Amino acid sequence: MTAFVSLAEAIATHIHDGDSVAMEGFTHLIPMAAGHEVIRQERRDLTLIRMTPDLIYDQLIGMGCARKLIFSWGGNPGVGSLHRFRDAIEHGWPQPLAYEEHGHAAMASAYAAGASGLPFAALRGYLGSDLAKHNPNIRSVECPFTGERLAAVPALRPDVAVIHAQKADRAGNVLIWGIVGVQKEAVLAAKRAIVTVEEIVEDLAAGPNATVLPSWVVSAIAHVPRGAAPSYAHGYYARDNGFYKRWDAISRDRRTFLAWMRENVLETGDFGEYEERVRKAANA
Amino acid sequence: MPDYTADELMTVVAARQLADRTVCFVGIGLPSAAANLARLTHAPNIVLIYESGTIGSRPEVLPLSIGDGELAESALTVVSVPEMFRYWLQGGRIDVGFLAAAQIDRYGNINTTVIGDYDKPSVRLPGAGGASEIATSAGEVFVIARQSARSFVDRIDFTTSLGHAEGGSSRDRYHAPGGGPTRVITDLGMLTPDPVTRELTLTSIHPGVSVEQAKAATGWKLRVADALAVTRPPSAAELSALRALEARTARAHAEAAE
Repeated sequence: MTAFVSLAEAIATHIHDGDSVAMEGFTHLIPMAAGHEVIRQERRDLTLIRMTPDLIYDQLIGMGCARKLIFSWGGNPGVGSLHRFRDAIEHGWPQPLAYEEHGHAAMASAYAAGASGLPFAALRGYLGSDLAKHNPNIRSVECPFTGERLAAVPALRPDVAVIHAQKADRAGNVLIWGIVGVQKEAVLAAKRAIVTVEEIVEDLAAGPNATVLPSWVVSAIAHVPRGAAPSYAHGYYARDNGFYKRWDAISRDRRTFLAWMRENVLETGDFGEYEERVRKAANA
Repeated sequence: MPDYTADELMTVVAARQLADRTVCFVGIGLPSAAANLARLTHAPNIVLIYESGTIGSRPEVLPLSIGDGELAESALTVVSVPEMFRYWLQGGRIDVGFLAAAQIDRYGNINTTVIGDYDKPSVRLPGAGGASEIATSAGEVFVIARQSARSFVDRIDFTTSLGHAEGGSSRDRYHAPGGGPTRVITDLGMLTPDPVTRELTLTSIHPGVSVEQAKAATGWKLRVADALAVTRPPSAAELSALRALEARTARAHAEAAE
């Protein structure tokens, strides 16, 4: 059953050192506020799972929260590199980062397998790709009916899934719409699920085919308006493409990155305060 | 001096390759610009599919990311990412996969993973994303990339996405449902695979570009078609559509930053 709590309490209760954590949201609804709170609470040795690490994991990796990364595309979309991700892989800074690399098709299927309670996912994937040579978790199975060899990857079963959604009702049911990515699969694959929401409403007013996560699959809900910024929440605010471009300069250099994170994340109490500080800096 | 840039010509030529009503799985960046230009000019009924799950997107401005809100708002429908890869791509619903490349070899194999050794890379690139399966499941694959000896190389450091393997019929041993790369559009010309050896061959050269220039920008000994065509320059209509699209895009992204 869902508990309505502060974001700080949700993270403190449900994410522990050493956990495997999937903070999902495919470009849209990325749970940035939750990522910041994990950094503030100094979680360590996490296995971070996410198709596109994006800025959220660039920050967590650069701040030393991650021991391992499972991913399928590690860039700053439309801008270039994720510099903290690259620095960790290329130079082991701030600490060595183990990584398990997939393609999107396999990773999406691995979440679906996790949600389905299956041990692995089969797909017609990785044909002729060198990824299979470097990732021992990419194997193959033979179809018992046709004899076709298919790629097999283990199901993703994170300890915790973290997502941001548009709405929850007072009973704790959650509604997302727009680009829904792999959030439903990630939540259903995980042992625990934390959801941050734009607003809490009396009635979700969801149609019968809407993407709704019932309260009884959600562990905790925190009300965090704008909690996906600088990504976006469809119907609430647009993607801050300018910030994604500015992140390139903020994150390129280790000291600049650390100073920025200290000033804007570690020294702010919550996401509202963070946003206010970043907005002031942008207008200065 | 021509009244267009090499990048503009490349995008226009890439757009021309897409026929109306094609179902196209679009990579971000150069492929997205070309596919949307096609939609705004000669191919109004083209179906643009982005891996974020949007089917039939008709954005007014070019997205910065693969999942900008306008891709969803303008789409016919939006599906989940697992559905996108399983039902639509693996299910065989895509005519053309349109990819970019950091490195490409003479058989159209693509690297977007690492420069150098995988375990100790000198440059860590973003990785596969959807490209490995787009390359093998789409009916055919178009590639758009700026041509240079650094990117068009004799040996790619890592095969992220399968092209024509080692040439000839060697792709067949992977039993990929899709046909692989059929054209590579660059800022210097267009390369197409030889029907037998599958080696990328310069079949069209852009106006003002010399064969020597194209050879110098290729890391293998570039074969040139006997009947080398000269690319038709962009029309006034193509150029104005592209420039209007890029101006709208620049304006929109500047506003979003405020």
